[in-house]
Amino acid sequence: MNDEQKSVGITQTKFFNIPDKITLESGTEFGPIQVAYETYGTLNKTKDNAILLLHALTGDAHAAGYHDENDKKPGWWDDMVGPDKAFDTNKYFVISSNMLGGCSGTTGPCSINPETQKPYGLSFPVITIEDAVKVQKRLVEFLGVKKLIVAGGSMGGMQALEWSITNADMVEAVIIIASTSRLTAQGIAFNAVGRNAILSDPNFNNGDYYGKEKQPEKGLSIARMVGHITYLCEESMHKKFGRRFQYSDKPNFDFNIDFQVESYLEHQGRTFVDRFDANSYLYITKAVDYFDLAQKHGSLEAAFEKTNARFLVMSFTSDWLFPTAQSKEIVHALIKAGKDVSFCEIESPCGHDAFLLEFETQTKIVKSFLAKGEGNA
Amino acid sequence: MPDFIDSLHLNYAVITDIIQENSKILDLGCGCGTLLKLLIDKKNCSGLGIDINQNNVIESIQKGLSVVQGDIDEGLKEFADREFDYVILNQTLQSTEKPDFVIEEMLRAGKKGVVSFPNFGYWRVRFYLFFKGRMPKSKMLPFNWYDTPNIHLLTVEDFFDFCKERDITITKSVYIKRGKISKNPFNRILTNLLCEEALFVIEK
Repeated sequence: MNDEQKSVGITQTKFFNIPDKITLESGTEFGPIQVAYETYGTLNKTKDNAILLLHALTGDAHAAGYHDENDKKPGWWDDMVGPDKAFDTNKYFVISSNMLGGCSGTTGPCSINPETQKPYGLSFPVITIEDAVKVQKRLVEFLGVKKLIVAGGSMGGMQALEWSITNADMVEAVIIIASTSRLTAQGIAFNAVGRNAILSDPNFNNGDYYGKEKQPEKGLSIARMVGHITYLCEESMHKKFGRRFQYSDKPNFDFNIDFQVESYLEHQGRTFVDRFDANSYLYITKAVDYFDLAQKHGSLEAAFEKTNARFLVMSFTSDWLFPTAQSKEIVHALIKAGKDVSFCEIESPCGHDAFLLEFETQTKIVKSFLAKGEGNA
Repeated sequence: MPDFIDSLHLNYAVITDIIQENSKILDLGCGCGTLLKLLIDKKNCSGLGIDINQNNVIESIQKGLSVVQGDIDEGLKEFADREFDYVILNQTLQSTEKPDFVIEEMLRAGKKGVVSFPNFGYWRVRFYLFFKGRMPKSKMLPFNWYDTPNIHLLTVEDFFDFCKERDITITKSVYIKRGKISKNPFNRILTNLLCEEALFVIEK
């Protein structure tokens, strides 16, 4: 079977509006909210074959397929979503939406505040993972879903965990990949550097830069560079770049781009600013930093008391940003809470990025895990 | 139970026979999950497997089992006291780093433990070492001295001593010799000489 047959084909981002206000975790009332989402496959009559995919830090609603025939790149999890793939669209109704606070169609700091007719900027409320889940819940209700499976990597895994706890009656199974119930101090530190880069960009202008000639591009691109370092690992960087020079075989003796790794980071930073909003980066990294299930529920075990779902947890050997030990914390807490859980640490040299790359092993595991719920295993 | 099947299947058959229906099982070093699946299918058991190897974990998940990748030498602290009816350590004891700790942990997390291991006191093993002067190899011990996972080999007699020291009660013993169950348990010295594989149900 070739790739084309396996693709969900041309997909379209749709929009759903929450006209009223929702109460955020901070206590702030916020609305209206627009949600950008895509769906693949068909919801069955009993409305219980849905899988909600939850994207990572800078992802969007476009998880699979192409937006038009000339689209060069498919959605961010196209390897895993489609007919006969891990998330099999022949069997499941797959939903993916852009997170609250994002900048790809869902209401975020770059959206127009209807009260002022200007972008929110830093007047956008500080949001949390719980708030994002609250918005997603409204979306799946709107789509008529009664029961669902939630799945996500990295920050998406945090949302999946939150889903299993706050919507325990709806969630049948949870897939957590390269994630954690709380970021390490090291992880928070890297996010803080990224935020500081943005905040100290002279063009940041206290978040009020929309429509202006000068944008906080430098700050955002540095944030992305720092992020990218944390998504790779020493081994993968060594393999990709080594100590090779970019333009010649000897040093330039200046401070322009010399090494290949510098060029790579510069490229990642530069292309990122075209698709991402600096304020969204601030808000979403903050939501990630605040996420701490043990703190919120007294203990991680207590957090999982209410959940009724089956869990699949996966980590990657070379991921030092969301290390295996943190996945094991989740697994052990689930066991203590008497929940059904499987866990696999996948051998990979790809660092945290592995969850977007090691799709063959993940496909095997995810398919078997889902098959158990279908009663086929 | 047929008298002679190959030793692995006999081992599974013996354990399946011992485990009571509807038991809650923890299988330590569950491999690719064959035994656990058997216990779930044949004895309506529920349970979880632990294995250190990624491919074993994936194969077990493919069988529809719940399996957690982990190192049993690190203990079973995530499990409550007496959480399981049986904790199984099938042909795994001799590969653990800390066999004593693993057994203590299994008897904490489980009401009963099922332990099986190749008997290093088996006469063929002794003869191999005695006559050949080399580390014994056999169907049950197929590895070279330098690549064997069996780092803590023991004899039946060693296990008796261990249980006595730790106040562990052996409630059932099954001795297997060349694919057959020994129906007439010999005296202790002969047992240690004549059994190739030993299987015990233990309690504390």
